[in-house]
Amino acid sequence: MTEIPKEEYVLKGTTACAGCSASLSLRYVLKAAGPDTVLVIPASCSSVIQGTYPNTALHIPVYNIAFAAAAACASGMSNAFRELGKKTNVIVYAGDGGTLDIGIQSMSGAFERGTDFLYICYDNEEYGNTGMQRSGATPLGARTTTTPAGKTEEKKDIDAIIAAHNPPYMATACSAFPQDLFKKVKKALSIRGPTFIHILSPCPSGWHYPPGKTIEIGRLAVKTGMWLLYEREYGRVSISSPSKAAMKNPAPLEEFLAPQRRFAGIDPKTVEILKQRIAQNIKRLTKEESGVC
Amino acid sequence: MLMVATGNRAVAEAVRQAKPAVIAAYPITPQTGIVEQIAEYVTHGDLLSRYIPVESEHSAMAACIGASATGVRTFTATSSHGLLYMHEMTNWAAGARLPIVMANVNRAIGPGWNIWAEHTDAMQERDTGWLQVYVSTVQEAYDATLMTFRISEHNDVLLPVMVNLDGFLLSHDMQPLETVEPGDFIPPLHLPHAIDPTNPVAYGPLTGPDQYFRFRWDIERSMRDSVSVIRQTQAEFARRFGRTYGFTDDYRCDDADVVVVAMGTLGKEAEVAVDTLRNEGVKAGSMRLRWFRPFPKLDLAGREVVVIDRSYSFGFGGTLATSIRTSCGIEPYSVIAGLGGQEVTYDDIAGFVRNRRIGGEFWFGVTPGV
Repeated sequence: MTEIPKEEYVLKGTTACAGCSASLSLRYVLKAAGPDTVLVIPASCSSVIQGTYPNTALHIPVYNIAFAAAAACASGMSNAFRELGKKTNVIVYAGDGGTLDIGIQSMSGAFERGTDFLYICYDNEEYGNTGMQRSGATPLGARTTTTPAGKTEEKKDIDAIIAAHNPPYMATACSAFPQDLFKKVKKALSIRGPTFIHILSPCPSGWHYPPGKTIEIGRLAVKTGMWLLYEREYGRVSISSPSKAAMKNPAPLEEFLAPQRRFAGIDPKTVEILKQRIAQNIKRLTKEESGVC
Repeated sequence: MLMVATGNRAVAEAVRQAKPAVIAAYPITPQTGIVEQIAEYVTHGDLLSRYIPVESEHSAMAACIGASATGVRTFTATSSHGLLYMHEMTNWAAGARLPIVMANVNRAIGPGWNIWAEHTDAMQERDTGWLQVYVSTVQEAYDATLMTFRISEHNDVLLPVMVNLDGFLLSHDMQPLETVEPGDFIPPLHLPHAIDPTNPVAYGPLTGPDQYFRFRWDIERSMRDSVSVIRQTQAEFARRFGRTYGFTDDYRCDDADVVVVAMGTLGKEAEVAVDTLRNEGVKAGSMRLRWFRPFPKLDLAGREVVVIDRSYSFGFGGTLATSIRTSCGIEPYSVIAGLGGQEVTYDDIAGFVRNRRIGGEFWFGVTPGV
């Protein structure tokens, strides 16, 4: 078992929804990062989670910044710290909107420039902070407040886009696997240059399941292969242990879809497309790990 | 050192001497000379800064914000659409109370594409909480850039400052330039709210209706306090380096019956017009406005005033003319001239004065029958 520090940097009194997995993930991210860390947070659920002035629930400096600007702000901050001879970790903690959609330009720029920082996208597959609207990360068939009949397009593959920037380290994670997340954050921060972690963050308020099931839903995402856990270090892929067994014999996708009201009434044809995509993703990742492709 | 330089080179030289730790910029005509020169300095070790070649102006200002927040000196430069694109972040920089210095090479806004001088770009930043100074010569571009670091970083100010120079007319025009050895004229920056992981603070978190307005008032209070800091800095610059600057640059105003008010190069051109008019027996003067924010108190009582605007607020009036109307309580003759680099000679300016209709508005080249 990985030794996870007892120090807490996400204190009591966050204003997160019950069952919020973004704040849960942040807890482990900061435990892994330690106190010499600055978080850069664009407009997102985490702008709210940290609490309201003059209080803060985060025991670490947090720099709040405009929606599209997180990676650029972190870019300036990282350069300034390095110029000052400081090793302070600069971590962007952005949602899927701030990463895949409005923030993609500044994020791409920061990766291309080799910025020494860790960019974390906590992905709740919607614009959660503004009331669960569709994002580029919303999966096919999911209902949001702007796709009341279910999304008709597929989830944007941000990991492929990041991989195209050839960063020294990138990984996927899920809030239901905190030890795996902890290890990946540790590793990312030990590597110089731009690193990326994409965390699937189930959201009871937007996915419409009981808050107590946040961990279960995250586990089902991995068990069904809907979410694949892996690392890509200097281009070399290794599949993380929770996904290894799941990828060999994925649980039926319906187990993941059924508890979430966002998928209520989903067309069986759409479920078939999702299943095909899972099979393709598993095949592709397996090939990549074995170095075949 | 005496040299011949463009306005862009003059700004870059002042930046080299001010030694920002981080510079983030995106090239745009006609500002490119500034960032290219700075990139040369950094590449050849003449300036030990981190130069971040960002992918957009929005990111340029965001990167300056992130760097400045750690307590280091920062600089960027832009123009026109670049300035408009970073507008969200210029607001953020002022709200976050960061002493970022920016050169803005004034240029028109499309469509149609026009790369020539106009003040509309900077005027759209009027209410962001940035200090704004407008220069009229290459020498002044250099001197003002040096001074703005000291003004911006003063603990009574801690607001960003924009140095405005007219596109091409200054950015690309070669003029004599005398550089100085700034020495300790720009003291080291001590940002009281610099990020410190040993003292964790949330910067810019959710701030409710019971608190938010206090931060807005704080910007205004510092804007007011900046008046004496600007005055002191300009006096100290004159004492050390022998060149004197005020909030305005007044030319033959003392006994003038009619005063031309303009900003940037048009304000310099107006001095030649004043000489022409004086030769004709017209007691004219020129008051070139240098600082637009904070807006100074202007002594224009009892004179006729001709304001030349290089920008316009549609549906209302010339930006400078309306500012003078409200701040001085007078009705000027409002001339809109020089938009998109439209040529305006000193003869044209003398003509504006000769044909003035106090309280009226005149669009140079458009208004019929004048």
